[in-house]
Amino acid sequence: MNVMSDRPALEITDLSHRFGARLALDQVSLRVERGEFTALLGPNGAGKTTLFSIITRLYSNRSGRVSIFGHNLQVEPSAALAEMGVVFQTRTLDLDLTVRQNLAYHASLHGMGGRRAVERIEYLLDRTGLSSRAKDKVRTLSGGQSRRIEIARSLIHAPRLLLLDEATVGLDLASRADIVRIVRSLVRDEGLSVLWATHIFDEVEEDDSVYVLHHGKIIMQGRAGDIADQGGNVTLADAFRALTADANQETSR
Amino acid sequence: MNTAVIHRTIGLRGYTICLGGIVKRELLKFLNQKERFLSALVRPLIWLFIFAAGFRNTLGVSIIPPYETYVLYEAYVTPGLAVMIQLFAGMQSSLSMVYDREVGSMRVLLTSPFPRWSLLLAKLLAGVIVSVVQVYVFLLIASFWQIDIPPLGYLVALPAFILAGLMLGSIGLLLSSQIKQLENFASVMNFAIFPMFFASSALYPLWRMREASELLYWICLLNPFTHAVELVRFALYLKFEPLAFIVVVAVTLVTFALSALAYDPGRGMLGRRGGLGE
Repeated sequence: MNVMSDRPALEITDLSHRFGARLALDQVSLRVERGEFTALLGPNGAGKTTLFSIITRLYSNRSGRVSIFGHNLQVEPSAALAEMGVVFQTRTLDLDLTVRQNLAYHASLHGMGGRRAVERIEYLLDRTGLSSRAKDKVRTLSGGQSRRIEIARSLIHAPRLLLLDEATVGLDLASRADIVRIVRSLVRDEGLSVLWATHIFDEVEEDDSVYVLHHGKIIMQGRAGDIADQGGNVTLADAFRALTADANQETSR
Repeated sequence: MNTAVIHRTIGLRGYTICLGGIVKRELLKFLNQKERFLSALVRPLIWLFIFAAGFRNTLGVSIIPPYETYVLYEAYVTPGLAVMIQLFAGMQSSLSMVYDREVGSMRVLLTSPFPRWSLLLAKLLAGVIVSVVQVYVFLLIASFWQIDIPPLGYLVALPAFILAGLMLGSIGLLLSSQIKQLENFASVMNFAIFPMFFASSALYPLWRMREASELLYWICLLNPFTHAVELVRFALYLKFEPLAFIVVVAVTLVTFALSALAYDPGRGMLGRRGGLGE
């Protein structure tokens, strides 16, 4: 039996990171199981983007361990990076290239070319409902359409883990719902594992695995429904406010 | 399509596809910016047709290698102006790296599973290809002027232009790794491009510099741009200048290695100071 087949999609153990004197991440541990939608909840400045930058190897971790499907990111970076697709918080498409050119560029960055890349691009354009815009420059797309293209791009090399950092920020309600629907359908239909960083509570469903990140620390983890029920809270948002208020009080003591 | 298929592509074919993709993107971006192409051409042509023509009588050049006879000043400055195009192109390519970092598209490049040095090398080669195209368009226009480059010289000079482009691109790459914001890059451009160009043998032969100032002569001699110009100048006239070749290759290797280290998340500056558009 292949040992790798038992490993979680993403496993982070005791990860800390500093920017100079500032501790941005403090002993963070987190797991994304295979085929599961995991939400990373945290307010702005909680450390979500720093955590994503380490998982995607933009920054190097000096303590702790990050592994993707059993591949240690520091030891086997190529194998680990090939398993993941990323949608960053900031927009990262080339505005003056067409949708198809952007996707083809990303395919080439993963060593995919020729007919295989073309077929994959067509499939993902169809899946994200943007086939009709394939020849248009990205500059002409709406915010929601650009985000859908970024999702298509992140999936071009058929990763098994998808990371999304505040993917719906700045979008209107309809576009937000659209993005969430597409990503959840990928989990349901294709068994994709997803880490979804957000500060918007209504994007999280009751059965989702949730980690709450605050001031660089994981202060709660569990099923969204269970976290919401704790302490007699009615909603996840109430529970989150109570948790972060407690954490703030402890920090100020 | 499973991941086992993806892993297999990170072989020689995968590298080729990746390089091709990066080069294609740079060419598409270049073609989308026609004013960039025009400005890259206008600059040296102004130097050649106005500056050099005006100084033709006052700045005569004696017989020095690789020339075997007296040459017009326009003929003397043409190799320097060609490499100036590469200097600007190299810095422009680095400017785009800083811009890519600010807008976030650099993140996409650096999360590719290919080794980081290979991605930087591909980016560098893409910039060199774009700059060499500009150089040959300039040389084509300049050939209607009395610059008298032997026809075979255009072909022989191609490797020299590639080496010069690699060196200047590597220097730009290293500069870009040390700069966090686009605004800071503008001042570095002023401090890098103009001193490199003027304190070199591009506009005047080194013996003339020495007549003016011994210190200036040594500054010019230590300037790697001087050696890039001389490598190209000799190649255009079907000759080889070993010192220039050694300096250009050595500076390329050192600056590229330092750039690769600087862009490495474990050892470079980016991760420590929260770079990459954080």
